[in-house]
Amino acid sequence: MTALSRRQVVLASGAVLITGPALARSPGAPASPANRWGLLIDTRKCAADCTVCVSACKAEMGLSGHDRPLTDAQYIRKIEVRDPVGGKLHSLPVMCQHCAKPPCVDVCPTGASMKRADGIVLVDRHICIGCRYCMMACPYKARSFAHEEQTGQQPHLPRGKGTVESCTLCVHRVDEGRLPACVEACAAKAKGAMLFGDLNDPASEIARRVASEATTRIRADLGLDPGVRYQGI
Amino acid sequence: MRPKALTRLALLATLSRQRARVIIAILLALLTLPALAAEPPAPPKAKAGTTCIESPSVMRRDHMEMLKHQRDDTLRLGIRGAKASLKGCVDCHSTTTAEGRPVPVNAEGQFCQSCHAYAAVKPDCFECHATTPAVKEAAR
Ligand code: HEC
Ligand code: HEC
Ligand code: HEC
Repeated sequence: MTALSRRQVVLASGAVLITGPALARSPGAPASPANRWGLLIDTRKCAADCTVCVSACKAEMGLSGHDRPLTDAQYIRKIEVRDPVGGKLHSLPVMCQHCAKPPCVDVCPTGASMKRADGIVLVDRHICIGCRYCMMACPYKARSFAHEEQTGQQPHLPRGKGTVESCTLCVHRVDEGRLPACVEACAAKAKGAMLFGDLNDPASEIARRVASEATTRIRADLGLDPGVRYQGI
Repeated sequence: MRPKALTRLALLATLSRQRARVIIAILLALLTLPALAAEPPAPPKAKAGTTCIESPSVMRRDHMEMLKHQRDDTLRLGIRGAKASLKGCVDCHSTTTAEGRPVPVNAEGQFCQSCHAYAAVKPDCFECHATTPAVKEAAR
C-alpha cells in the first residue's frame, strides 16, 4: 500500500478545512458547544439611511408584513442613538443578541425558547404556545409574534400564526458553512460593517478582533453575555 | 357438578356464541360501511426516478413518528441532512400543474392531504412549513 499523503489523512479524518467563516457540519452531527457563533458590528460603517441588512433578512426569511410597523415580524431593526453631549448620531442594526444567559429561555414555560449548543438562541415553534413571556423578558425587543396566518414561507424557515419568532442567526445557512444573509448583503451592497464568526476559535477574525480591539455589548450591565458585539458606539 | 347444571351451562355457552356472532356481524357492517362509502385514497406519485427514505409500507405506518423525532433532532440539536426531513418529503411528494406551477402538497387530493382526509387526521405542519419546494420568489 502506498503511503498516505498528509492531505489524504486530513480528508479521511473528516477535518477538512475550507476557507470561510464556518465549517459545514457533516450530516448527522449535532451543533457543538466548541463553537460560539457571534457577530461584530462596526457602527462607524453603518449609515443611518441604510437598511440593506433589514431588507436582506426579510427576503431570506420570507417575512411578509401587513404595513403595521408595530406588530409586523422583524428580525433586525435599525435604531438610532444620539449622544446627549455633542449630539453625535449612531445608527446600529439590532437583532437577537444570542445571549449566553438568555432571559427569554429562563422565562419560557414550555422549553420552546432555547439555546443551541453552539450558542444560537431559537424558538422551537413546535412547542411554542404563544404566551409571549419571552418577548417581555428580552431587553433588546428582538422577538416578534406572528399575529396572522402566514403564506409564502421559505422552505428553510417555517413560520406560522400564534408563535414567537426572531433572528436565528440564519442557522440554516450557518449549518451549511455559509454566512448569515444580513452579513452577506452588508458586505456585497453596503460597507461590510458586519463580521460573523466563531468567538470560541482564537484563530477566527472575530475572536482576534474582540481580543485586540475595543468592542462593546449593548446593555452590558445586564450581564447576559450577548454573542453580538458592537464597535464605535 | 350435577348433570342438570352442566346442560344449563352448555346451553348458555351456545347462546352467547350465537349472540357474539350476531354482534360481530353488526360491528363488521358498521366498520366497513364508511370505508365502502369513501374511496380509498390514491395519493399522487412521487417525483419520478426517486425512492422513498423507507419502503412504502414502513412509510405508511411510521412516517409520523419519524417526522416527530426528526423535528427535535434538527431544531434542538442542530442535526442536518437526516433522512426524515419534512422539507425532503415536500421536495419529492409535491406535484406541479400542467403549466409547471407547484401545487401545495397539502392541497385537496395532493399527497399528504389525500390520506389524511381519509384517516381524519389534520396535522398542522403546513401552517408553518412551506408546501412547495424551494425556488419560489421571496414573499413580499
Ligand atoms: C409554528 C410553526 C411550526 C409548525 C406548526 C410546525 N413546524 Fe416544524 N419547524 C418549524 C421551524 C421554525 C423549524 C426550524 C427550521 C430550520 O431550522 O430548518 C422546523 C423544523 C422542522 C423539521 C426539521 C427541518 C426539516 O424540514 O426537516 C421537521 C422534521 C419538522 N419541523 C416537522 C414538523 C412536523 C411533522 C410538523 C407537524 C406535526 C411541524 N413541523 C409543524 C416550525 C413549525
Ligand atoms: C427522494 C424522494 C422521496 C423522499 C425524500 C420522500 N419520499 Fe416518500 N416516496 C417516494 C417514492 C418514490 C415512493 C413510492 C411510491 C410513489 O411513487 O408514490 C414514496 C412513497 C411514500 C409513501 C407511501 C405512499 C403510498 O402510495 O402508500 C408514503 C406514506 C411516503 N412516501 C411518505 C413520505 C414522507 C412522510 C416523507 C418525508 C419524511 C417522504 N415520503 C420522503 C419518494 C420520496
Ligand atoms: C398512505 C397514506 C398517507 C400519506 C400519503 C401521508 N400520511 Fe401522514 N398519516 C397517515 C395516517 C393514516 C395518519 C394517522 C395515524 C394515526 O391515526 O395515528 C397520519 C398521521 C400523520 C401525522 C401525525 C398526525 C397527528 O395528529 O398525530 C403527521 C405529522 C403526518 N401524518 C405527516 C404527513 C406528511 C407530512 C405527509 C406528506 C409528505 C403525509 N403524512 C402523507 C397516512 C398518510
